[in-house]
Formats: sequence, structure tokens, C-alpha cells
Amino acid sequence: MHVDLYEKVWMWAASGIVALFLATIVMTGWVQAIQPPSHMETVDPTKLGEYAEWADPKVVIGPEGSVRVSVRAEMFSFSPDPIEVPANRPVTFRVTSADVLHGFHVVGTNANAMAIPGYVSQFTVTFPRPGTYLIACNEYCGLAHADMVGRLIVKEEAP
Amino acid sequence: MNGRHTLAGAHIGVAIAAFGLASAMGVLQALSVAGVAFPQRSESLYYLSVTAHGVLMALVFTTFFIMGLGYLLAQSTLGRITGRGSAWFAFWLAVAGTLAAAATILLGKSSVLYTFYPPLQAHPLFYIGATLLVVGSWIWGGVMIASCRSWQRERPGVPLPLPMHGMIATIVVWYLATFGLAVEVVGMLIPWSLGLVQKVDPVLARTFFWWFGHPLVYFWLMPAYVLWYTALPRVAGGRLFSDPLARMVFILFVLLSTPVGFHHQFADPGISSGWKLVHTFTTYAILYPSLVTAFTVIASLEVAGRLRGAKGLLDWVPRLPWKDPFFLSVALAMVSFTFGGFGGAINAAYAMNSMVHNTAWIQGHFHITLGTTVALTFLGATYWMLPRILGRELRPLWLARLQPVLWFAGMSLFSTSYHLAGLRGLPRRVYSAALAGELREQWRGLTELAAVGGSILFLSSLSFVVVVLATWLRGSRIPAPPFEFAVPLRPVTSRGIWDLFGTWSVVAVVLVLAAYAWPIAHLLVQQRFGSPAFQPF
Repeated sequence: MHVDLYEKVWMWAASGIVALFLATIVMTGWVQAIQPPSHMETVDPTKLGEYAEWADPKVVIGPEGSVRVSVRAEMFSFSPDPIEVPANRPVTFRVTSADVLHGFHVVGTNANAMAIPGYVSQFTVTFPRPGTYLIACNEYCGLAHADMVGRLIVKEEAP
Repeated sequence: MNGRHTLAGAHIGVAIAAFGLASAMGVLQALSVAGVAFPQRSESLYYLSVTAHGVLMALVFTTFFIMGLGYLLAQSTLGRITGRGSAWFAFWLAVAGTLAAAATILLGKSSVLYTFYPPLQAHPLFYIGATLLVVGSWIWGGVMIASCRSWQRERPGVPLPLPMHGMIATIVVWYLATFGLAVEVVGMLIPWSLGLVQKVDPVLARTFFWWFGHPLVYFWLMPAYVLWYTALPRVAGGRLFSDPLARMVFILFVLLSTPVGFHHQFADPGISSGWKLVHTFTTYAILYPSLVTAFTVIASLEVAGRLRGAKGLLDWVPRLPWKDPFFLSVALAMVSFTFGGFGGAINAAYAMNSMVHNTAWIQGHFHITLGTTVALTFLGATYWMLPRILGRELRPLWLARLQPVLWFAGMSLFSTSYHLAGLRGLPRRVYSAALAGELREQWRGLTELAAVGGSILFLSSLSFVVVVLATWLRGSRIPAPPFEFAVPLRPVTSRGIWDLFGTWSVVAVVLVLAAYAWPIAHLLVQQRFGSPAFQPF
């Protein structure tokens, strides 16, 4: 197969670009542990009230200082709301839905996961900047989808 | 009408009708998000119009246009369509399916968007109608393959003409992709919508949806590439720079376009990060054939400029036929794809994806890829086809020249605004950007700019429909010019490695199984509770 010299150079350059992009993702995934949420845990979405965690979803600070936030999304609100967490500490979110698909996006941060009935989305984020953040549902969930918002309050820790 | 192209003309006619209706739905949304208080504005009209716009543009306009293009290419390069009876049966089946699904959408019974994620549940006829459209396209694929076989039996060892090589590759991708859709819709959603089963598993359904949903993108893009490689250099007066590399590109799409779906599910639970990484690799690999295409197509255009007398480094550019509406449309489509392609590379990087997942950035992205690269190529190609199918001159020519410029300008404004608003956190699919009171300041101005862009786009769509109708009904009669395709610089005379469709299809199936078998099995062995239906619209 005849390939023009200039085109050969371009094809090698194109392979280089693709390899560079992939190397960046693999390196950040490995060195900085940047990975997508990928937790496997199922719950019965029609009986969330029978699970202690989902009947009363809330922020739990563990004895060793770990922060766990359980969030139940449903048409058209998040509970708890607002959510209060400390700054500069890893916060593990656990999100599920009581009805249809919802999104859970803390606007301006990397906290962005699907809330899917029957499954728990779990991921860990650290918020360095104190303040009030908007939580937006970013998956269509019905006529009032645009009104489905919550608040995240990141508090400076007492020294 | 030129009788040989009636079948193609009928399909393209349906595509244009769907496009016109979908465009009107599009401008309604852009105005609604910006908070413009037009009469009848409501949440239910908004989500009805998002569903209609998505289904009519992404599934109906594209599928009918591609089927029509396929028949047109078979007739003009092979001199035959083997199985016209089946082809007409498939056409009417697809039309009936489209009408059934569209009726349930327009009556407000199926406002589930074109992704129709369960547990949102549409009217059963929505799923059944979509299935008939797909079954029609399967029969179309069979007719196309039969036409190629019949041609090849008369010419042992001769490679398929490049336009047909690209279309057959498109059809292989379509069969691979729609297998996933069939499992989801026929295996899960139709029985559920009829009440035969009570619950479906949303993650399993999404997985099969995106098995289909990303190769769908290449089902749109590959026919556009067929036009770029074969029709565009001819219109520009040039030669195809490399025929075998074009064939390689189409085969790479056959191999890589399906095992990539998890990059739409980075934010989903239930799929491990290792498998998401595997799909990330294939997603980036599929940038490669597009990068090769960029070189080959632009080099072919340079040949055209030089044949027209250019001598310097860049003076071949102004010598290209910028006044030809088809050429102009595709040139603008390519500019748009440069940005769209790199945006796609951002979406596929999962750290960056978490900043933009399901924000307005995504709708900005697919409106410069599908919505410009593919749509503008198809609209421009219509200007190339109309005189050749109808035997009539384009009318009015000035409007056909203005329309692609309007599209490009409107889309640039629309898409750039939504990319920026998305980076600032505006979610997609919102009836109004006024969510969350004071925070709306972050995207104030941007949604209004997008609405201006959307209005310009609507003007462009109207112009297109006016040119099509005026040409069809009132264009001056001329002898229909033949459909002609670019000759390669070095003609190919025998079949090569990139012509082995059987072998490459088997490799493609193996790759799809490798990418999906384990993660789907892993889902199936979990205790999954499923979800009952909801219709909050």
C-alpha cells in the first residue's frame, strides 16, 4: 500500500497525540488516584424506608474523623438539604434515587455522579474552599427537573 | 424526477420533513432556557419538544438521509439496487414506525427524551415505532449488501467502489450497534411498557443503550466521510489523495466504534473503573481515523487547488469553489469538527469529564459535531443531489449559499455559549436556566446568546427548506447531471487487506464481546431489584 511521505509523518504524529492523551489519563489515574466512581452496591428502590441509612440520610462523622454523606435523590429534591461538611477532609458521598434517574453535581467541583434507583453511587471528594455550593440535578427526571437543586455548605474547621 | 433515484428521493424527502419539524422544536428550547416568555411556554411543551427534537434529528433525519444516500450511491456506482421490492417495504415500515412514535411524542405521552432512560416510561408505541424504524434500516442494509454482492459476482477480484466500501462499513457498524438497542428495547422496554413485566434494571438498560448510542455517532459520521472522500474532491475539481487509506479509515471505524460506550457512563455505579479505562483506550484510538481523514481530505483539496493553477504554499485555498453551496457547507462542517473533535477528547478523559458530565457543555459539544459536522454535510449534500435527482437547477442559489454561513454563525454562537455555561455548572435539559436563584448570575448572558444563536439556526433551517421546495416545485428544468466521484491519484485495481469485510466484521464482534461480556455478566450476577415505571410528564 503506497502512502505518501508527508502523510506517513502525519500518521505517526497522530498516533503520538493519541498515545500522549492516553498516557496522561493513565498517569493521573495511577499517581493521583483520579478514577471515576465505580462502586457496586444494590438496594431495593421501592423499600428505601426499610434501610436505616436511606430512611434518614445524613452526614455521619466517624470516630477517626472520616466524613460520610448519604444522599437520597427523589422527584424533585435531595435529602438532606443543606448538606454541611468540613473543608480539606476527604468526604465520601453515597447517593441513590428513590424513583427515576437523577444527577448529583456539586457545581464547580469534581463531585458529579448519577443517582440511579437500585444502585448506590459512592465517591470521595475533598473540598479545599469553604463556601456555599449549588447542587444541581443534571439528569432529566420529570417536569420540575430544572427546580431540583440543593445546597452544600463547606465549613472551615475550627483550629 | 429522475426515475432511477425515486427510492433515494423518497427517503431524503422524509429526512427533510423530519429536519424541518425538529428545527422548529429546537428554537423553542433555546428560547425557553433563556427565559423568553413566548405564548404556550410550559414545562410540558419544553420536554415534549426536547424529545421530538432529539428523536427527529438524531434518529429520523439521519437514518432516512443515510438510507437515501446509500441507495443513491448504489444506483450511481454499481448501476443497480438489488431488491427494490424489499427496499420499498422497508421504507414504508420505517415511515409507519416513525409516524407511530412521533404521534405519541406530539401527544405528550412519551416525553422521555431521545435517550429514553428507564424507569421513565413512554407509551408502548414509542418503543414499537422506533423498533420498526430500525427493522426498516436492517432491511435497507440487506439490500445494500445484496447490491454489492451482485456487482462483485460480475467482477471477481475488483474492489468495491470507495463510496460503497464506506457505506458497507457503515452498515456493519449499524448492525453491531443496533444489536444492543434491540436487546434493550425488545428484550426489556417493550414487555415492561406493555405491563408484561413490572420492573427493569436501569443500569443494564443504560449499558445496552450506550452499546448502541456511541456507534450511532459513527453511523452518522461515516456517511459524511464518504461524501468528504468521494464527492467533495470531485466538486472541487481534484483527485482523492489516497484510496487505500480511506478504506483503512472505514475499517478502523468498524473495529473501534462499538466497544467505547462506557465513556458515556463514567459517572454510573455498577461498572468498575478498570472497564471504564478499557473503553477510554478504544475511545481515544478512534480519534486516529479522524486525524488521518483530516490529512487525506485536505490534501485532496490541495490537489484540486493546484490543478486550478495554484503554485504557492497556500494560494490553493482561495482557488477552491467557495461559491458552491455543497463545498462551502462541508468546508464549514470541517472547521466545526476541529473544535468538536478536541471537545470529544476532553469528554473522554474521566477527570475532565466529571467537570462537564451532563452539563450544558455536552449539548454544546454534540451540536458542533452531529449538529454541524454531520448535519451541515448532509444539508450541503442535498444541494449536490437535488439537480441530479430532480433535473432542476437550485433555486434561489443565493439563499443556498447564505444558508450554510447562517448555520455556522448561529451554531458557533449557540455552541460556544453552552460550552461556557456548562463549565460554570448549568445542567443540561433544563426548562429554564433560572434554577437556584442567585446562582443564575453565573450563566446570565450566555443562555441569551445561545437563544440568539438558536434563532439564527432556525432562519438557516427555514432557508434550507425554502431552497428544497423552490427547487423541487419551481426550479428551471435541466438535463440531470450525473453523480460523479473523485478519482484517486493512484487508482486501485485489486482487492487489498481493507476490502476483507468478512474478516474485519468477525474481529469487530470479538472486540465488542471483549469489551462488554464481563461487565454485563458482572451486573447480571448481582442481586438487582429493578425499578417500577414512572411518568412524571
